[in-house]
Amino acid sequence: MKVSRNFIISMFLLFPAAVLLIAFTFYPTVATLIDSFFSTPRGRRPAAFVGLGNFERMAADPVFHRAFFNNLIYAAVTIPVSMGLALAMALLVNSRIKGRGFVRLAYFTPTILPMIAVANIWMFFYAPDYGLIDQFLGLFGLGGTNWLGQSGTALWALIAITIWKLAGFFMIFYLAALQQIPPSLLEAATLEGANYLQRLRRVVLPLLMPTTLFILINAVIEAFRLVDHVIALTRGGPNNSTQLLLHYIYQVAFNFWDTAYAAALSVVLLSILALIALIQFGFLDKRIHYR
Amino acid sequence: MTMTFLKRALLGSASLSMLALSPAIAQTNITFFYPVQVGGPLTDVIDGYVAEFQAQNPDIAVEAIFSGNYTETTTRALTAARSGNPPTVAVLLATDIYTLIDEDVVQPIDTFVTSDDDQEWLDGFMPAYLASAQVDGHLWAVPFQRSTAVMYYNKEAFAAAGLDPEQPPRTWDEMVEFGKALTVSDSSGNVTQWGLGIPSSMNAVHWLFGALVAQNGGMLSSEDGTHTFFDSPEVIEALQFFVDLSTEHGIHPPGILEWGTTPSDFMQGRLAMAWHTTGNLSNIRNNAPFDFGVAPYPGNPEPASVLGGGNLYIFSGASEEQQAAAFEFVKFMTSAELLADWGVQTGYVAPRDDSWETETLRNFVQEVPQAQVARMQIADSVPEISTFEAARINQVLNTGIQAAVIGEQTPEAAMQAAQAEADRILAIYRD
Repeated sequence: MKVSRNFIISMFLLFPAAVLLIAFTFYPTVATLIDSFFSTPRGRRPAAFVGLGNFERMAADPVFHRAFFNNLIYAAVTIPVSMGLALAMALLVNSRIKGRGFVRLAYFTPTILPMIAVANIWMFFYAPDYGLIDQFLGLFGLGGTNWLGQSGTALWALIAITIWKLAGFFMIFYLAALQQIPPSLLEAATLEGANYLQRLRRVVLPLLMPTTLFILINAVIEAFRLVDHVIALTRGGPNNSTQLLLHYIYQVAFNFWDTAYAAALSVVLLSILALIALIQFGFLDKRIHYR
Repeated sequence: MTMTFLKRALLGSASLSMLALSPAIAQTNITFFYPVQVGGPLTDVIDGYVAEFQAQNPDIAVEAIFSGNYTETTTRALTAARSGNPPTVAVLLATDIYTLIDEDVVQPIDTFVTSDDDQEWLDGFMPAYLASAQVDGHLWAVPFQRSTAVMYYNKEAFAAAGLDPEQPPRTWDEMVEFGKALTVSDSSGNVTQWGLGIPSSMNAVHWLFGALVAQNGGMLSSEDGTHTFFDSPEVIEALQFFVDLSTEHGIHPPGILEWGTTPSDFMQGRLAMAWHTTGNLSNIRNNAPFDFGVAPYPGNPEPASVLGGGNLYIFSGASEEQQAAAFEFVKFMTSAELLADWGVQTGYVAPRDDSWETETLRNFVQEVPQAQVARMQIADSVPEISTFEAARINQVLNTGIQAAVIGEQTPEAAMQAAQAEADRILAIYRD
């Protein structure tokens, strides 16, 4: 059989990417799936096949339930709010306002700061009584709130940090997309008598949809991936009220050294993300206008 | 270290010439993983110790590797051991011992102790610090950077409340009584100064709660690390007391008190008495704008504190030559002089009595009398909770304590649930 020259060249060109993908994505995925059916090996006890044992344990694990539920709230709030805020900020800094460069920089700053450093600063913002937030609220006779230290507010305190951190990042994508919109379209709409809101709804937002999908996918990933501040601030407490899925996986794997159970948890997280990605690409993609 | 420059230079050149004269001496390479858990340029200090050790032992090359905090260092050491390339020596938490035995990666220290000199070196450690490293008839590690929990108190606040600044509370009742005098509210009823603060965040509460339990005459775990006593009356009572501090007596801020912000809470005057580690002494000494005291813990009725900190472990995956070299290094790192110097540089409590006799520490204690409190308290101190699956058991305990502190469960229900979970986890370790 004769193999075409093009085929060989293309194989060579694909080779580096394939090696990286296999080594760092596909192999770990498959290994994780296999590990999830075994028990954790210890120095004195080797791994044994346990079938669905790890998954049955997960079904009965109250911490997992709590983490799952918390993560749903976390995602349901951080994704729309950070995206909405990003769009609003992008529209603002895209218009002709004074000190535009400075405002852009200010909005983008949270993105470039490392999360762990930022979380340690927020720890003092949230400190009861003398923290920045409580001092401000104290002016109105409120205050004395232990934001991170009670189950009613701790998760929301973390959500606020996440939104603060992500909105500036997403803003950059929206800003780039806004600047790609040809002014002639907006001018034409203005000539037709469309006001600002109509232009926004009929011209700007539809043209931003490809960017919106891209940001949405990123936002979903971040909602499950961004847990650095949990590690720095609450470590899942109080009483698991800020426990998130990835943080729980980290704890089980690297604090408890229960790698098999962590593998099973990872399989579940992976399935959730795969399902969401399928919906996003399969369903939303068809409704988006690409130029 | 107190070694003079001349001596150092002589040793250095001696070792160089020895190397040059006898190329036949085979060098043994060992690796040393260590965490830095408190402030200051401590990697430089460690590098200095290593350089001095190499000058004295030219046939041993030590590669000192800074490995983050305790958790990260344990993670790294275990991951390296699993992949067949373990560190030779590491500073890991004293409470990691059961995990390390369970993973079968450490070599008992007492297997290296052969000569009388070695035995004398071993006998020099304070027994309280050795106790937690003794399991299954072996000594698995030696104390290096050890700490204990103490009570910092604001002397000016004591005076303002009409209390004697030189008489910190000695019992729980006194602590509550003093706490009430020290709790100050403004005209609208908001508390501006709380009497007492005991950190209850996930990373610390098992440690300080261990002190409360010991003061109440109880224990959190058995000596063989296979049982916990979370639902014993002493433990439940201690937790009830902890909860009551805020709900009943109103002297403790409500909710979870974060470990990381507690020193600044104290220095800002938000807390008049605060429980924390001796490791924060330098920080508070340098930054507190008022005169403060360090007190040993109160009792109910017997006073007690908990010990914490890291031990030196030798890993079993290394070759025999490496392990022997590692033992020499461990002896060097735990000499009286070196531990005294390390204590002054960091605030850790030197775990040898002869360290406290050195000039270095005697001068330090004269300058900072508060440092002495930690040492005096050691006789009354218990090891921190240490079990198999330590991280998981601590997590279970801490979650239970927090559930009670934030009022989601009664102390009794929370501790019974924690005990049931701990029993389930530890079942496979019991015969």
